[in-house]
Amino acid sequence: MIEKVADNWRLRGQRYRLEGEVCPHCGAVIFPPRDICPECGKPAKEPKPLSGRGEVYSFSTVYSPPEGFEAYVPYTVALVKLEEGPMVTAQLTDVAPDEVEIGMKVEMVTRKLRARGEEGTIIYGYKFRPML
Amino acid sequence: MRKVAIIGIGQTKVGEHWSLGIRDLALQASLAALRDANLEKVDALYVGNMMSGEITGQEHLGALVADALGLRGVEAMKIEAACASGSAALRVGTLAVASGMADLVLVVGVEKMLDTSGRETTSALAMAADAEYEVSQGVSFVALNALLMRRYMHEYGWKREDFANFAVVAHENAMNNPNAMFHLRITPEKYAKAPMIATPVGLLDASPVSDGAAAVVLAPADYARTLSPAPVLIRASAVATAPVAVHDRKDPLALEAARLSARKAYEAAGVGPEAIDFFELHDAFTIMSALSLEAAGFAERGRGVALAVEGEITRTGRIPIATMGGLKARGHPVGATGMYQVVEAALQLRGLAGANQIPNARLGMTQNIGGSGATIITHILERMV
Ligand SMILES: [Zn+2]
Repeated sequence: MIEKVADNWRLRGQRYRLEGEVCPHCGAVIFPPRDICPECGKPAKEPKPLSGRGEVYSFSTVYSPPEGFEAYVPYTVALVKLEEGPMVTAQLTDVAPDEVEIGMKVEMVTRKLRARGEEGTIIYGYKFRPML
Repeated sequence: MRKVAIIGIGQTKVGEHWSLGIRDLALQASLAALRDANLEKVDALYVGNMMSGEITGQEHLGALVADALGLRGVEAMKIEAACASGSAALRVGTLAVASGMADLVLVVGVEKMLDTSGRETTSALAMAADAEYEVSQGVSFVALNALLMRRYMHEYGWKREDFANFAVVAHENAMNNPNAMFHLRITPEKYAKAPMIATPVGLLDASPVSDGAAAVVLAPADYARTLSPAPVLIRASAVATAPVAVHDRKDPLALEAARLSARKAYEAAGVGPEAIDFFELHDAFTIMSALSLEAAGFAERGRGVALAVEGEITRTGRIPIATMGGLKARGHPVGATGMYQVVEAALQLRGLAGANQIPNARLGMTQNIGGSGATIITHILERMV
């Protein structure tokens, strides 16, 4: 299922700026934002843009993609542990699959995620590339 | 609360059912279970299913299947919890009988996955993951398991080929299960050479998409013996959840919901892992078998794969798993899988597992996983006669 244009608009802060939250009660940094701190359970709505720097926790090169990603095969997805603490799922870019390793330092860039969404629009979002 | 027993079981063959729709599959398994229980009517029907809307364009399965069965007017609804939908339906049926709100309950798990293209099915399966923050990035369901497998190999020093026995043993056990999708032995060499789906997950790490349905009839344990010659007691039924997205879990390799649901089930049954004679676990991917064995207390952390390497998961090993072929070789019709696990466990506990019978099996455990580990449902079943 290709996501709707409205989803992408609603999530623009996260998709383009990696906007998270910080908990005013315990200081936990939260991404994606969820308004209730997963650490202490109290309300946490204070926005906090993240640095976009982190390291590869794990990765996989995909040969059999879901609908909408056929044109990019093979591509590499990763769990990136951000330096502020949260983990994020994203594609790696500007790196060959066999050059990726766990622990590799990466940084966020804005790239095209899919050529066409439901209404023919181009969907942009975060990917991570090796730290320059 | 009343104790609950299984008094009838039924299943269709798992595989590609071109000639049967989702209603027909549910009907066949349900009729078999009702026949086994010697019943025509029940008080309620719960249908476990994940993706009928997306794949076949049909929702509202509760009323649909009740009508097909001629159960006019009966309470009926669909229960969904991704790949754990089958066990979730059993859980609801168990609650209904245990509470006294119903006496006789039919539970059927059903899924039809092979009417669509592989890509469409891949996308439907991905709906078990976080749409906004996982699937949007191009992560398939296989890739999520691949991320866990790669990290596991990195942290504990295992190689890909160390996982081979999970697949080899499942295929061996399926040879004697007439309802299994595959009757095909595989070797570690064949496992090693299988093409990659999402590195390091290869084709033989993954369970197949399948069509199938399996069903049970539940009754209060107090009079189960008057209804069935070989009832099976549900000693424990436990559900636990974790964040849907892998990246939202504090410790992705801990499979926290499996640990929690197994612990709740052990407490309810008053036993520990050492008392379990066999374990029908959720081997959708080889990495899930390793993580489940650890979370359910059969292996220390990072040592689940050792049970496969050392042959302890075979029918004569310390903890037999996938005794009728598991998800890997019996097949994985997602919303039906939890019910296949329970039907197969009941066969073992009735002594009707044929060439795959675990001698003197008294306590069996099933564990059904929704998504990459977000909903995990554990049942402990006991022989009553
Ligand atoms: Zn907090």
